[in-house]
Amino acid sequence: MTTHAGAIHHAEAPSGFIRKYIFSVDHKVIGTQYFCLALFSAFVGMYLSLLMRLRLAYPEIKLPFFSDGILPEQYLMMVTMHGTIMVFMVLTTAPQSGFGNYFLPIQIGAADMAFPVLNMLSFWTTFASMAVLMAAFFVAGGAPLGGWTFYTPLSAIGATAGPGQGLGATLWILSIALFCGASLMGAINFIATTLDLRARGLSLMRLPLTVWAWFITAVISLLAFGVLLAAGILLLLDRTAGTSFFVPGNLVITERVLTQYKGGSPILWQHLFWFFGHPEVYIAILPGMGVASHVLSTFSRKPIFGYRAMVFAMSAIAFLGFIVWGHHMFVSGMSPYVGLAFSVLTMSIGVPSAIKTFNWLGTLWGGNIRFTSPMLFALGFVSLFVSGGLSGLFLAQTSVDQYLHDTYFVVAHFHLIMGVAAIFGIFTATYFWFPKMFGRLMNEGLGKLHFWLSFIGVYAIFMPMHFMGLAGHPRRYADTSGAEYLQALQPVHVFVTFAAFITVAAQLIFVFNFLWSVWRGKKADINPWQATTLEWTVPSPPPHDNFAGRTPTVYRGAYEFSVPGVAEDYVLQSTPPDKVAKG
Amino acid sequence: MVRKRRNSGSTATALILALFLLFLTVSTVYFFVAKTWWFPEPINEIGKEIDRQFIRTLWITGVVFVLAQLGLGWALFRYRARRGQRASYSHGNNTMEVIWTLATLVMFVGLGIYAQRAWAEVRFKSAPADAMRIEVIGQQFKWSFRLPGPDGKFGKYKFEAHPDQEFTRDPWVVEASDPDGRDDIILGPGSVIAVPVNRPVELLIRAKDVTHSFFVRELRLKQDAVPGMTVPLQFTATQTGRYQVVCAELCGQGHHLMGTFLLVLSPEDYEKWLKEQAE
Repeated sequence: MTTHAGAIHHAEAPSGFIRKYIFSVDHKVIGTQYFCLALFSAFVGMYLSLLMRLRLAYPEIKLPFFSDGILPEQYLMMVTMHGTIMVFMVLTTAPQSGFGNYFLPIQIGAADMAFPVLNMLSFWTTFASMAVLMAAFFVAGGAPLGGWTFYTPLSAIGATAGPGQGLGATLWILSIALFCGASLMGAINFIATTLDLRARGLSLMRLPLTVWAWFITAVISLLAFGVLLAAGILLLLDRTAGTSFFVPGNLVITERVLTQYKGGSPILWQHLFWFFGHPEVYIAILPGMGVASHVLSTFSRKPIFGYRAMVFAMSAIAFLGFIVWGHHMFVSGMSPYVGLAFSVLTMSIGVPSAIKTFNWLGTLWGGNIRFTSPMLFALGFVSLFVSGGLSGLFLAQTSVDQYLHDTYFVVAHFHLIMGVAAIFGIFTATYFWFPKMFGRLMNEGLGKLHFWLSFIGVYAIFMPMHFMGLAGHPRRYADTSGAEYLQALQPVHVFVTFAAFITVAAQLIFVFNFLWSVWRGKKADINPWQATTLEWTVPSPPPHDNFAGRTPTVYRGAYEFSVPGVAEDYVLQSTPPDKVAKG
Repeated sequence: MVRKRRNSGSTATALILALFLLFLTVSTVYFFVAKTWWFPEPINEIGKEIDRQFIRTLWITGVVFVLAQLGLGWALFRYRARRGQRASYSHGNNTMEVIWTLATLVMFVGLGIYAQRAWAEVRFKSAPADAMRIEVIGQQFKWSFRLPGPDGKFGKYKFEAHPDQEFTRDPWVVEASDPDGRDDIILGPGSVIAVPVNRPVELLIRAKDVTHSFFVRELRLKQDAVPGMTVPLQFTATQTGRYQVVCAELCGQGHHLMGTFLLVLSPEDYEKWLKEQAE
């Protein structure tokens, strides 16, 4: 493999606080910045979800800042912002831009990303995106209330459609546009880095599955985010420039007649949004799959089962992910013939997902399993991925989806697969790589406690929602007062709210453990987990240019555990064959 | 350095995790079997077919769920680290890969193809010529309906908007000069809608302002009401009763308050109801 020494200026480490920690071009600092942004965003998103859960369980509840209770429009603003923040600022940020930035270069033996300055720009653009999004809470009218899916015409016709649909909605669009730009920059960087900066001997089939996942995710991002950006621009034009891309003529809303629109299509927005939106959910989960594979292999002390099949499956998921978006639109008014096509294609995505699940189980089978914190979260990921993935099979079928669409069954499905499995992927990565990032260990006892409370808690929150959906409870309802049959589900709402509070409280254990361990954790060896990949050959934390000027050479695949005839039960990728101790 | 774990530590964790997965599996299966919270009985034939497809899907996903969760629990317990144990150095098994890929493909895609029958029945076929047509109009935050009257034909709409965008009445007006519209019956915002039992019905679903969605659980049918479009939805209700209609697409702050009712009436009761509406 070529080493492009010229592409990265062999760095003297930067000096000065601003260049070291604020406008750093070091991928490790940038990855940490992304991670911190995602952590902050996760707490904002969780706070919103707790308010939502309180309102659902106790619709009349009075709270600080809500002395007359939470109004339905405020509830919907929380729903919208919760979804937006969690999907974009947490799930699209931490797994890919956070851990990918930090560890992709190191795992391939590079000194930094291919384009360090672009990398820095992509972080600060993301930061600006979050700032603009947060601003929506504080402007006149408040935050938008149309859901993170922002369907038109509700999102296109301004404040006349509802509170928050004025300036708040415009800020949302601007925020998302910035996020799209940042993601496209990041995608270019990841792809160029993976293809060009691999160390000698590191062929594609020797890459850790984490690198494959980040690479494939970047390809998806590159192809999907442009469409969202275009859709956002068109929507902005509808709102401000008198166009009618998404708004038909002759609308009558709340005793106002809107005559400025002519002949646009609300369904067009859905097509554009979901053409991005479906690949987006694979962007959210693929890095977690990569980390899960990596960690399951490491702590089973066993090569990953079916490495090539894993690469194939991730690629198939990425490809198929682009041709199934219409399964969000079966009852949208779209042609039912097109619906049939999307339905059958969507069922086929279950196949590569099943391959991965079988291979994770196959990795454990015959292993020698160590139950460390990262391993527990990886095991939890597998369980949650199975649960969340299987409910998708119901929703993928046109005829069955007619009942389940826009009910809590959908909410259960996407929360288990995104809101939990992907989050467990983030936790797996955090516990696994913390020693490398900070040179200290997180507390194992607290890690286990965090795992148990979270694992049990998330099932307690989201399993009941399947049944609420089967009972016909629609999504995005501020309370159950509007339909008689919903009253019977009110006790379920209360149970879920209790589970949510306990589970969110458990996350404080994680935050405490994280912050405490950064400064006071037990010092970690260079390779505390006895793992095989290149990041475990450099100091903790790694120096500015990762490998101190010496590019490693790779001699074997990434998962050589329990090799017969070898003294240890693992072999680092970069240990020359004649240096591997026999035993 | 990984502390050499005492066997009991590893066993305790593995056991509790495996037992939790067992508990998860058993309790999930229980609630599906017991139907503690479930959909109501369908009131149309297609609803029954949709339910059968749901149950087929539930069987397949249920078996996979049980096997996967219990398999995970078993594997992590059986292969927990113990002194003297060494993992097997296997990179996989291509035969197994091929087998389970094909099996999954056949099962999932087969299930998906089979699901299209019920979809095609409702969505590909036109409503019968003698179907009763009813216009459904969604707006923030109530449903309205229009019946074509004895002539079975709807009058054309005219959109009369005042230039200053204020109005004192709904700009969607049935053209006075259109004879088809003379006997149209308009059931204003917040109305209840009725249909006769065992009669094919075709709903023509529209919206005035933003996207809504017309959903009746017992029919197993849902259709978005999209401004600028009229989307048909056909059904034949085979059981009398009073069935909740809810809005199933976020339409603003009153989204949860748009409920109304679909009445399925005997022919005599329907005639009575119709007479009342005409007044």
